[in-house]
Amino acid sequence: MRISASRRAVLAAGLALAASPLPKPAIAQGAPLRIGVITTLSGPGGYLGADARDALQLAAEMNGGRLGDVPVQFVVEDDALRPAQGKQIAERFLRNERIRLFTGVIFSNVLGAVVPDILDADGIYVSCNAGPSNFAGRECRRNYFVVSWQNDNLHESAGALANIMGYQRVFILAPNYQAGRDALTGFKRLFRGTITNEVYTRLDQTDYAAEMAQIRAARPDAVYHFHPGGLGIAFIRQYAQAGLLGTIPQVLPAPSMDVVTLAAVGDAAEGVDVSSHWNSDFDNAESRRFVDAFRRRYNRMPTYYAQQAYDTALAIGAALRGTGGSVSDPEAFRTAMLRADFPSTRGNFRFGPNQHPIQDWYALKVERVGGQLALVTKRKILENHSDAYAAQCRI
Amino acid sequence: MALLVEQLLNGIQLGVTLFLLAAGLTLVFGIMGVINLAHGSLYMIGAFAAAFVAAETGSVLLALLGGLVAAGLTGMAIEFVVLRRLYARDHLDQVLATFGLILFFNQGMVILFGRQPIFVALPPFLAGAVEILPGVPYPVYRLLIIVLGLLVALGLWFLIQKTRIGALVRAGATHREMVRALGVDIRLLYTLVFGLGALLAGFAGVMAGPVYSVNVGMGEQILILTFVVVVIGGVGSIRGAMFGALLVGIVDTMLRAYVPGLLRTMMDASQADMLGAGLASMGVYLLMALVLLLKPRGLFPAHA
Repeated sequence: MRISASRRAVLAAGLALAASPLPKPAIAQGAPLRIGVITTLSGPGGYLGADARDALQLAAEMNGGRLGDVPVQFVVEDDALRPAQGKQIAERFLRNERIRLFTGVIFSNVLGAVVPDILDADGIYVSCNAGPSNFAGRECRRNYFVVSWQNDNLHESAGALANIMGYQRVFILAPNYQAGRDALTGFKRLFRGTITNEVYTRLDQTDYAAEMAQIRAARPDAVYHFHPGGLGIAFIRQYAQAGLLGTIPQVLPAPSMDVVTLAAVGDAAEGVDVSSHWNSDFDNAESRRFVDAFRRRYNRMPTYYAQQAYDTALAIGAALRGTGGSVSDPEAFRTAMLRADFPSTRGNFRFGPNQHPIQDWYALKVERVGGQLALVTKRKILENHSDAYAAQCRI
Repeated sequence: MALLVEQLLNGIQLGVTLFLLAAGLTLVFGIMGVINLAHGSLYMIGAFAAAFVAAETGSVLLALLGGLVAAGLTGMAIEFVVLRRLYARDHLDQVLATFGLILFFNQGMVILFGRQPIFVALPPFLAGAVEILPGVPYPVYRLLIIVLGLLVALGLWFLIQKTRIGALVRAGATHREMVRALGVDIRLLYTLVFGLGALLAGFAGVMAGPVYSVNVGMGEQILILTFVVVVIGGVGSIRGAMFGALLVGIVDTMLRAYVPGLLRTMMDASQADMLGAGLASMGVYLLMALVLLLKPRGLFPAHA
């Protein structure tokens, strides 16, 4: 009797672990315009959300606590990479806190749960990272804007880069979730060679030994993999340990190799090719201003998650300036937003017909700069690149 | 054939890592009747402490020692400060309290080390790969994990089967009341057992550091699989934990390695990959359900 009770308890414990919300009280104040930031602050993806949050706050601080002449306050909560938790936070923000304007979500699966609720309640969502395909095409929405990129773009650019590098046979991997499937679709869209294997890993996977063995057996010209945050660190380190580093080159999208992954991976990253829409060495005034301010304020290099969030804050600021600081009229906000009247850290930026960016993509390479490994911008891969779903969007 | 051997080794290596975690969890649950969700935190503490010591001193041995000491001491402190008050309580209270500990330790690590995953260097003499079969290089470090893990399993078997402490542990697992009635200081035994479990978790963390990513929340990622191992092996049974861990490790690895390929022969490639990935990640949970159906108390139940 005792035993069966305890077994049930073990199972219940596992269940509790898999689906436990971590509620935190929100900070509420009166005067400034409050912007809901639902982001991932815990778990292996925690630094992504922390970078986004820090950059949003930095953008406001650099303008005296204002975005577009409007005093703003960010109300930040951790979704712990759980869609259900993100949804709960969104509902609470909408109903109890009366917040109308949202940003912050890092992961596409969380975004999928959060955004419909916000938009159905006449709220506005401006994405600073995730841009899943399902909201970019037929189901695009008037009050949903993406400042970062449509997910596929990251991987289309990596596919284009693989073409430039002259690779014929490529082994591709991504975690089995919305953004992972978008990744492989995106890579295949522009890559002209053949795909030797297409492998879906798990979003909670830490050990990639089985995949390494498959890669070695397939003998491709190159490996492309999309593993954001801690996943990528584990993958690339194990890639080096399996002795694949010297034999099979990697072509990576930006999420698999940001400055944090680079530091955690160490020497195993040298010589890796990466595609991205921005890099900390970009030579334009706004980017330099942002990188300097971020490093001074937080004493670390910003990742592109920070850069996108900073751009998002600027975009929101531009829209707020257009509406005189009001978010009660979504149509006026939309008109102002779509002008994209702000100096982007990536230089060339405008919104396409589906309210996703049209921008340039670049090739980066991990090289030693003064003895330290760093991402160095090499060349432009794609110019004024939109996405494959824009044509299906009717708004 | 060479690929099969390599994948088998990969499965064993994952299994050994899981065993180190599951052994502590199953002991604590079997003997003390406590569900310790914070077991993953001890794994994390071991990994962080070892990474910290390694970065400060550059010594592999000191790093190992640091990780073990940190995890072991934290474990005993948890037992002394928190769990002691919970033995008589309901399992739900224990789950709540140890879940609270997860939050506490995760936030503590964020304060101490930040959210960024930290880098753990492999000592140069372990960095390479050796050819286990012609044309199949295998990372030395993974071989080391397998060897050390099996040695620990052997040591644990010796400790539990051949020593007086082990006899008490076994007795505690089957007839707790009787052990108490015979005048054994059960509280001391509990602290020791918990410390041992923590030590093993810390060891797993230290070993995992250079292979996996060392970051806050790394314990919860692996803990779910560890619970699966404990349930399959039979709660409270070290032998069960060993077989359960190897079974889960090998099944999980083999499914990931071969199911998509198998499905590719039957259907369109990208559909096969998608379905295969889904089936492979369900695999160990299906296995758990199957085991529960056929042997509701696990493969090697400790309580006769």
